[in-house]
Amino acid sequence: MPRAFTPKVITANALIEGDVIYFTKDDTWTRDLACAEYLTDEAHAQVRLLDAEQQVDLVVGAYLADTTEGENGLEPTHFREEFRRTGPSNYFHGKQADSKQQDGQAA
Amino acid sequence: MYHYNDFDKAFLAERNRQFRAQVERRVAGNLTEEEFRPLRLMNGLYLQLHAYMLRVAIPYGSLSSAQMDTLALLAEKWDKGYGHFTTRQNIQYNWPKLTDVPDMLDALGKVGMHAIQTSGNTIRNVTADHFAGAAADELEDPRPVAELIRQWSTDHPEFQFMGRKFKIAVSAGAQDRAVLKAHDLAVRIVKNDAGEIGYQILVGGGLGRTPMVGKVLNDFLPREDLLPYIESTVSVWNQIGRRDNKYKARIKITVHETGLEEFRAKVEERYATVRPTFSGVDQDLFEDIKAHFAPPAFRNAPTVEFDSAYDANPLFRSWVDTNLTTHRAPGYSIVTVSLKKHGETPGDATADQMRALAQIARDYGHDELRISHEQNVILPHVHKSDLPAVYAALREADLHTANIGLISDIIACPGMDYCALATARAIPVAQQIATRFDELKLEHDIGHLQIKISGCINACGHHHVGHIGILGLDRAGVENYQITLGGDATWNAEIGQRAGPGFAYDEIVPAIERLVNGYLDLREGPEETFLEAYRRLGLAPFKAHLYPETQANAA
Repeated sequence: MPRAFTPKVITANALIEGDVIYFTKDDTWTRDLACAEYLTDEAHAQVRLLDAEQQVDLVVGAYLADTTEGENGLEPTHFREEFRRTGPSNYFHGKQADSKQQDGQAA
Repeated sequence: MYHYNDFDKAFLAERNRQFRAQVERRVAGNLTEEEFRPLRLMNGLYLQLHAYMLRVAIPYGSLSSAQMDTLALLAEKWDKGYGHFTTRQNIQYNWPKLTDVPDMLDALGKVGMHAIQTSGNTIRNVTADHFAGAAADELEDPRPVAELIRQWSTDHPEFQFMGRKFKIAVSAGAQDRAVLKAHDLAVRIVKNDAGEIGYQILVGGGLGRTPMVGKVLNDFLPREDLLPYIESTVSVWNQIGRRDNKYKARIKITVHETGLEEFRAKVEERYATVRPTFSGVDQDLFEDIKAHFAPPAFRNAPTVEFDSAYDANPLFRSWVDTNLTTHRAPGYSIVTVSLKKHGETPGDATADQMRALAQIARDYGHDELRISHEQNVILPHVHKSDLPAVYAALREADLHTANIGLISDIIACPGMDYCALATARAIPVAQQIATRFDELKLEHDIGHLQIKISGCINACGHHHVGHIGILGLDRAGVENYQITLGGDATWNAEIGQRAGPGFAYDEIVPAIERLVNGYLDLREGPEETFLEAYRRLGLAPFKAHLYPETQANAA
């Protein structure tokens, strides 16, 4: 029996910066998992992946990553995706630092 | 040090020009990622978890001050102010932008450096003993041979698209500091009974998924036969090596499946064809290369400054006792600068630290620096009278940690904090072990103990040959760490034995602490190292300390 489909988001790395990005409902890319399109239907997910893969000039290596809806919105289910959305654990670099910088700019 | 001639410079400039154009075509949409990927990999550019990663070759680990300054410039101008020295004597930058990489490569080109063949299925950066040219126990400086192999292998038309990568190491020491037996091919410089210098060739070593210890392919090769023999060996593997399965593509599998005898026969057969194509030009080139590696003018001077500082300053004394190695010239020392400050990332150096090291090398070290596969920096030629000043300058740069060869001098790959292949983190495990044993103030009592940590089965962290090896895996979506014991990275290379079930991320440091406390109980005295105790006693008593619950249940 095929395994039940688990919800996903589409993620990739940006072509120029190389950082982690997520595909949104309106065919754009976001650096914030919370703004990603949450895919709960397998057939729809496959179609959206095809759409994402069309944007070869913007992204590298688009794929479907398991995601769940937690108390604070979308959350990865695997620790690898958690590191991708946060950054490394030895330095305050990557997304964790970038989002703080953005917060700082907003404030 | 080898200095690029006009041919080398022109080659590199042209190669960088090509890569700049390739990046432009990728960005403009004229190359797909599938087309671009092999081109960027040939120039050392990976795409990792959070960003691109540029791996720059440091051939056989040797650097001049100017080159180290350029590595600092790259870290500061195009990265986040630091670089990561690797277990293959390379440096990796974790955060470059794709469009900045051509400028980075041009900056490297100005000081005779590049990232060519630091990735892809080619002959990779040639590594060597990091004490080359300085060690008291070596027959000769192995770097001219390493440089000859580098030049021969760079852009070698037959070896650009092989079944898999190919790693070569060279050493001339009585002790093996280059992990020769873990390489696809290793050249050990030896002397025969007639007193002639030649080469012993080892083949089929490697770590990774199927760890194997290298075997002697040729016991003594005359000098002039080296390149044709290596070319024949790589050529045979390139032809018969498996391409159906990338996990079975390395030469260790070919040698294992073919059998050493038959493999050797095939090499000899190929050699008969290849040998006549070498006209002797390579030997002329070799003579020219050797001249580049003439030893510096060592000075003859008193060492009173050293003696008085050694007596007066206990911190200096501790550093001297731990971080210095005997030099072949009287009055000189080899200084190993630890990049393993307790709690910091093994192998990382900031741009400021790189510049400080370059300046120290200029002032006191005959302008030479080395990177070790153990992820430390070496000042190979320091006169003893300069050691107090060197130590003071290292303190200024926070590079004075006295822990070489001790439990906190840990090798760790980038692991899942950076690497796209990793299955678990390695760096924080290393940081926590070092911090814990520093708190316990036990590491000098524990003595020589090598912990090596890999964040996946590919074993960049050399865990198989660590006295204690730690392998991070993904077990059902959770980080899990397997311990191996009794590995040895020296001439007596051994693959460590798996101790038993793995440990969760928050269990691994306490497990190592139990294991090391167990060793302190089991050893016959402070002279018996962890590895010696393990060899005397075997796995069982150490296992009892690692898995006390199992023992209790069995009792």
